Amino acid sequence: MDQTFLVNVFGSCDRCFKQRALRPKSEQLNYCSLCAEIVKATEGLRLSQMLSSYSQSILCLVLAVHQVAERVEALGQFVMKTRRTLKGHGNKVLCMDWCKDKRRLVSSSQDGKVIVWDSFTTNKEHAVTMPCTWVMACAYAPSGCAIACGGLDNKCSVYPLTFDKNENMAAKKKSSVAMHTNYLSACSFTNSDMQILTASGDGTCALWDVESGQLLQSFHGHGADVLCLDLAPSETGNTFVSGGCDKKAMVWDMRSGQCVQAFETHESDINSVRYYPSGDAFASGSDDATCRLYDLRADREVAIYSKESIIFGASSVDFSLSGRLLFAGYNDYTINVWDVLKGSRVSILFGHENRVSTLRVSPDGTAFCSGSWDHTLRLGWAWAAKREL
Amino acid sequence: MSSKTASTNNIAQARRTVQQLRMEASIERIKVSKASADLMSYCEEHARNDPLLMGIPTSENPFKDKKTCTIL
Repeated sequence: MDQTFLVNVFGSCDRCFKQRALRPKSEQLNYCSLCAEIVKATEGLRLSQMLSSYSQSILCLVLAVHQVAERVEALGQFVMKTRRTLKGHGNKVLCMDWCKDKRRLVSSSQDGKVIVWDSFTTNKEHAVTMPCTWVMACAYAPSGCAIACGGLDNKCSVYPLTFDKNENMAAKKKSSVAMHTNYLSACSFTNSDMQILTASGDGTCALWDVESGQLLQSFHGHGADVLCLDLAPSETGNTFVSGGCDKKAMVWDMRSGQCVQAFETHESDINSVRYYPSGDAFASGSDDATCRLYDLRADREVAIYSKESIIFGASSVDFSLSGRLLFAGYNDYTINVWDVLKGSRVSILFGHENRVSTLRVSPDGTAFCSGSWDHTLRLGWAWAAKREL
Repeated sequence: MSSKTASTNNIAQARRTVQQLRMEASIERIKVSKASADLMSYCEEHARNDPLLMGIPTSENPFKDKKTCTIL
């Protein structure tokens, strides 16, 4: 509006009724310049009051678990330390898995060695040398009679475990079950020894029949390397979740090969995914230094576990038996234990001398085991008397 | 890949993406307050049986070194 050509109309102001030069406010109303300013100011005040009342009602919307869990009793501080160390690997430990007997575990390392341990005695029961280095994935069969492993060889091989002391494990014929076009990042048997699920750097996951090596189903959808997977607890059906370098966590239907849900809130690669014990949610650990909880029925992220002081990526996550605690191993050599409901950190575990690469809670929830680039695996459990871990 | 097949691939891919997104958008969701309440009740229900939460007495701990001498 060109002020110099503004024609001032003189008349009675509709607010103060004085005879003034009027500035037209609207079709019906004319205000003098003073009243025009006052009206503008009061309108602005009303708008801001409206906005603040809206924002207060928005804050009442539940967007995260901790808002609902306010009334839940907080956990006391835990005191942590390593209870037992498993030594024997010659290089970085990359992956580990518990046997269903809650006692044995299998671990794999960068130098190609795969070792089966008895965690009660720390004895090594079996050892295999793979023809490739960087064995990034290993899994124990549900029966306890075989292990699967793979890595830079782009394959997943299944080794039957022999308990005959005279038989050399390396001589035992192994079967190459899975063939991918890039490295194997994760593998897991399904409910039986007969089927195995794999994740690969080629961006796909696949379901294989162990005996024939046949591909039963493939899962396409990730836009980059898939780094981890976890099967839903058996009661909740045939689904699994995978996480990848495309920052996405995807939930798949194993029968149809379809992606049923996808979550993309992480800011970097997702290194680890693990289902909540009830199967209604899953947690993820990422290079963005956060762990997050996604609820499947609400179809969104419901919690984020982070601290400003934590700047290194989380490599591995697992829940305690009740799902109240989330154990997460980080690249800064520590394990942080989070209160899943409240979103706060309950404890830090020190002990590893290099990054923690893998972490699993035992099947009965009695203990947890972490593997690290410092060539060792460490076991921890909780004492009843003082609630020490 | 020739540009012609690339563009037809892009269209096919876009169609697939739209179809996937439609499918994902159509699933039934529950409120976060309900989902959180369920997670909380699951935790409370199973807290008693959680050895890492409650702790296990040394006598029952299978990982503890077996001592030769026991006080009865």
